[in-house]
Amino acid sequence: MVDTLIYLLIVIIKILIIMVPLMGAVAYLTLAERKVIGYMQIRIGPNRVGFYGWGQPLADAFKLMFKEIVIPQNSDYFLFFIAPMLCIAPALAAWAVIPFADGLVLSNINAGLLYILAMTSLGVYGIIIAGWASNSKYAFLGAMRSAAQIVAYEIAMGFALVGVLMAAGSLNLSEIVKAQNGSLIHWYWLPLFPLFLVYLISAVAETNRAPFDVAEGEAEIVAGFHVEYSGMLFAVFFLAEYANMILVAALASIMFLGGWLSPFQGTPLEATFAFVPGIFWFLAKTSFFLFWYLWIRATFPRYRYDQIMRLGWKVFIPITLVWIVLIGVAVLLKLPPWFV
Amino acid sequence: MKAIVSYLKSLFLLELIKGLRVTGGYLFDRKITVQYPDEKTPMSFRFRAHHALRRYANGEERCIACKLCEATCPAMAITIEAAPREDGTRRTTRYDIDFTKCIFCGFCEESCPVDSIVETSFFEYHGEQRGDLLMTKAKLLNMGDKMEAQIAADRAKDAPYR
Repeated sequence: MVDTLIYLLIVIIKILIIMVPLMGAVAYLTLAERKVIGYMQIRIGPNRVGFYGWGQPLADAFKLMFKEIVIPQNSDYFLFFIAPMLCIAPALAAWAVIPFADGLVLSNINAGLLYILAMTSLGVYGIIIAGWASNSKYAFLGAMRSAAQIVAYEIAMGFALVGVLMAAGSLNLSEIVKAQNGSLIHWYWLPLFPLFLVYLISAVAETNRAPFDVAEGEAEIVAGFHVEYSGMLFAVFFLAEYANMILVAALASIMFLGGWLSPFQGTPLEATFAFVPGIFWFLAKTSFFLFWYLWIRATFPRYRYDQIMRLGWKVFIPITLVWIVLIGVAVLLKLPPWFV
Repeated sequence: MKAIVSYLKSLFLLELIKGLRVTGGYLFDRKITVQYPDEKTPMSFRFRAHHALRRYANGEERCIACKLCEATCPAMAITIEAAPREDGTRRTTRYDIDFTKCIFCGFCEESCPVDSIVETSFFEYHGEQRGDLLMTKAKLLNMGDKMEAQIAADRAKDAPYR
């Protein structure tokens, strides 16, 4: 009994060690987004609150906390409240299997990749329920768009991950990282380059981010599925979106850029940088993808809806299928240096 | 052939990379933001904002209640009532400008034969109640007394073009 309680306590502490920095990262990702996009538009972005604007996320959080939560009269009360939680719970739960460094993972399960896929797919229920429970046509349209888009891109993303698991021969995320051991060119971005690109782009679509943010589509349907949400409920959707962004960036670095592996492996500089802990490389690679996320948001206009569908079904899925066949052949032939 | 080239271009995301390069370049550009209360942009001496009624150097108010400004005002924001003063000169008893109607076209200033009503370059005013933006003769004269140095300087700069 006591053993169980202690075990439970340790797990909860471990969860907090992941969650608290994650929430901080989410808060400061919003600031980074506004800063980076501002800089790309030759503005300087928020710089008033606190030291050079570093208090901005706190100010935003407090503002949202003190706002009234408006509940539409004809909404489904229970579902209206449960939807944001359905959105954020999978976004946070997926972090359980992310290896931050060698052995530094909350639960090192063998079907980690499957678990990730299952969790990220669950997020769409929160969006659909939010759109439906709001009893608003804009929210409903946004939810429908989001659902169709996530279904389409889930397939392409799934196939991209199939390529990874064929190459690594494992569903365990730590094993996938270890299979990329060697050097920069051993990482899977090179042999799986088309899948890498498809994954990056579908990840943007999966998280409903610009230029695939038709689920929000300010110009057409106001704010999409969360148009009726205010105050803290809206903030929870916001947290879920950014937590998901960080999640897919982390996954991209694990599956295609060798997770915690040092980029100087196999070069003369390897010994010089041996003191850098693995988690640093992991976070650096994740930040790189997050910056790229903000970069494309600052650059591209929103896709038209039929173009999104065309890209998902008629471009990405054929590319991934062809490349999976090629990877299969390469794995069979034990093509060096990746598949020995 | 052309179709193949354009297909390959879109497949390898060439156009998108070009776009990313443009925004990536702007990331390091000098920022053009003017941080308003701390920094201000240069302003033309013809800037038209808050109105003022001017006085002559001896302290006599310029306005002779000819009502040309009232007649020319396209927004009908000016209301003037006039009567003879004790010394027999014609003066306004009421000179109101409703800033909620005014469009700051500057016609009142153009029409004034004695350069009495002018628009100063002072634009940082506000009203907390409805009446605050209804300018009376006293308020406008007060504004003219306060801003006279600037008003005179701006008019002097504009004089060569008139």
